[in-house]
Amino acid sequence: MNILVVLIPVSVFLGAVGLAACIWTLRHGQYEDLEGDAARILLEDDAPEDDANA
Amino acid sequence: MMTVVCPACPPMPMAHDTAHDAAGDVVHLSLPGIHCAACIGGVEGTLGAVPGVRAARVNLGRRRVRIVTAPDLGAAPALAALEAAGYEAHELDDTVQTGGSDDIGRTLLARIAVAGFAMMNVMALSVAVWSGATATTEALFHWISAAIALPALAFAAVPFFSSAAAALRAGRVNMDVPIALAIALACVTSLHETIYSAGADTWFDAALSLTFFLLAGRYLDHRARAVARSAAAELTALEVPRATLLDGTARRTVAVADIAVGDRIALSVGARVPVDGTAESAALLDRSALSGESVPVAIAAGDAVCAGEAVLDAPFVLQATARAQDSTLRRLAALVEIAETGRHRYSGIADRAARLYAPIVHTLAALTFGGWWLATGDVHRAVGIATAVLIITCPCALGLAVPAVTASITGRLFRMGVLLKSDSALERLADVDCVLLDKTGTLTEGTPRLTGLDDAAAGVALALARASSHPVSRAIAAALADHDPAEVTDIRETTGTGVSGRWQGGAVSLGRGADGTELVLGQARFPLEMTESLRPGAADMVAALLRDGFEVRMLTGDRPGAAQALAQRLGIDLVHAGMRPEDKAALVAELGAEGRHVLMIGDGLNDTAALASAHVSLAPASALDAARVAADGVILASDLGTVAQTLRTSRRALRRIRQNLGLAAAYNAVAIPIALAGFATPLAAALAMSLSSVTVVANAVRR
Repeated sequence: MNILVVLIPVSVFLGAVGLAACIWTLRHGQYEDLEGDAARILLEDDAPEDDANA
Repeated sequence: MMTVVCPACPPMPMAHDTAHDAAGDVVHLSLPGIHCAACIGGVEGTLGAVPGVRAARVNLGRRRVRIVTAPDLGAAPALAALEAAGYEAHELDDTVQTGGSDDIGRTLLARIAVAGFAMMNVMALSVAVWSGATATTEALFHWISAAIALPALAFAAVPFFSSAAAALRAGRVNMDVPIALAIALACVTSLHETIYSAGADTWFDAALSLTFFLLAGRYLDHRARAVARSAAAELTALEVPRATLLDGTARRTVAVADIAVGDRIALSVGARVPVDGTAESAALLDRSALSGESVPVAIAAGDAVCAGEAVLDAPFVLQATARAQDSTLRRLAALVEIAETGRHRYSGIADRAARLYAPIVHTLAALTFGGWWLATGDVHRAVGIATAVLIITCPCALGLAVPAVTASITGRLFRMGVLLKSDSALERLADVDCVLLDKTGTLTEGTPRLTGLDDAAAGVALALARASSHPVSRAIAAALADHDPAEVTDIRETTGTGVSGRWQGGAVSLGRGADGTELVLGQARFPLEMTESLRPGAADMVAALLRDGFEVRMLTGDRPGAAQALAQRLGIDLVHAGMRPEDKAALVAELGAEGRHVLMIGDGLNDTAALASAHVSLAPASALDAARVAADGVILASDLGTVAQTLRTSRRALRRIRQNLGLAAAYNAVAIPIALAGFATPLAAALAMSLSSVTVVANAVRR
């Protein structure tokens, strides 16, 4: 059971990383326009690449 | 790990955001018509090409765009460009709308995130305990769980504690009291077990998942309300209340509220009169918003003009005789206020469920404690079982049952072009059995049209009509305003008969004929009958409503003749014509007294009292702001066909809500006896809670 000394901090740390990431997205307004962001993926990029690449 | 800032605090403005803000003015436009990726691309592309516009970002969910412009550019160039590209756009008044940030929603999301991640960690530890860990491992895991759960709950469960505290201070009991009690008791007993290793269950995971699910319900509820509220604010912002003031020779733009008695206001064609006053020159006015009468009214210089009327033919100058708050518009507001007092007494199905729920749970928990204490004399055990009862009965599914349905259905309605402003509107729509429709402006569109004229004839009629100042001629000219006038020469007006002239070598005239006004082109005679054009979907809507078994009636302030003709075209049998605003409200009240649930759809000031006193009401987006404020919802789509669909959807929503409440009750019916008997374990609580919440949400979002 000594492995717990490693596993528990790792688990708690990963949870904290997830929480921090979630709060980061929150503070960057990523939940302001869910519908719009879902639609934006269909748009072409702002700066289109060369036609040769297409 | 994390920086020491409150995750709920409003974030610092994003770096690129601030840069743009520093670089120019921010303007918000409402875009009621946008609905897809192509619209986003189109709007942002169009705006990007406008000189002076530095950045534009569409928010599809809120149907608006935020534009950063060169200083003092204003919204006009952007509006013109969008108009030209075919997008409907309105400037939003910055004083009315909040700039788009939603702090309460953000705080709730932060709480959900904290509760969610803490729940996952504690749950992982609990699984080890449940699957049979040794005593030392179990004690260690309990300590770690406590270290994660207690701070997380201290942050995440604040809304329940503060709401419960507020309710208790006011001497009431609300839904949050049992929730707060359950969370607090769970924490205290679990901590006690952890410290003294007393051997009973710990409930940290249950308290966290409880908080998580309830917060999710709270957030859904908040979102629906926030959308409704911002929509309502947006609607009042749609008509930015400004007027052009003539100050000597200079023109100034002022807020309507700042107009003083004696000010001279310049009004352009299509503008709405902002305050009561007298006209300085002759004009043709559309009074339909006030009276419901569809025929334009001609006024002479010096005549009184009422706020709310629209200018049809030519710009004129108005001398204000009253301030905005004393104008006719406001007088109708009194009627609305009286009618609205009855509205707020409606309590939704969620309130009724909560009122039933809280006392039952408290009694049950108290009885459990008392019973086990008396039976075993073991306080420790009695508290543990009472806590289990409180946790098991906690209204996770109940808290999600209504908001999950409301959020999913109002979202669907919004995509259909119907926006509900009031929270309880959905439930009230489901009760409707009688639909009252206003004629002018709701079933019909704006100005009367002349039908049955080809382009050439319309051009001649317009040229002749423009030469005369007779009210009929001016009404005709206004109705034909989008045609090009033909070249008519030798125009002469003969008082009492009409206007005549020569066109392409032949004699033409516009004047009184055998039945009404007629246009004569050589040998051909065209009777000019002013007909109102139906709003798109009006006929379909009436047909669909009748098919669905609703009683449909038409209300109008217009003459019975015009009303009957239109009603026949639509297939409406019951017509109430010549109704004054009070009559409309009285009819609604009378139907209400008979036990009918009336849906009123109207757009004018004359409808506001009826809109406010009806069981539920809708207004088209073209309605006056007073009507939109009084109504429970707004039909954003120009097509009325959505009304029947809205009623069908709302009935389905109510059915779903009832199913969900039933599901939640069924879970409790199974779980409560088990908890009462003292067999509830944290594992069973976790399973029941998650299962019931997921079932309820899945039932809400299924098609």
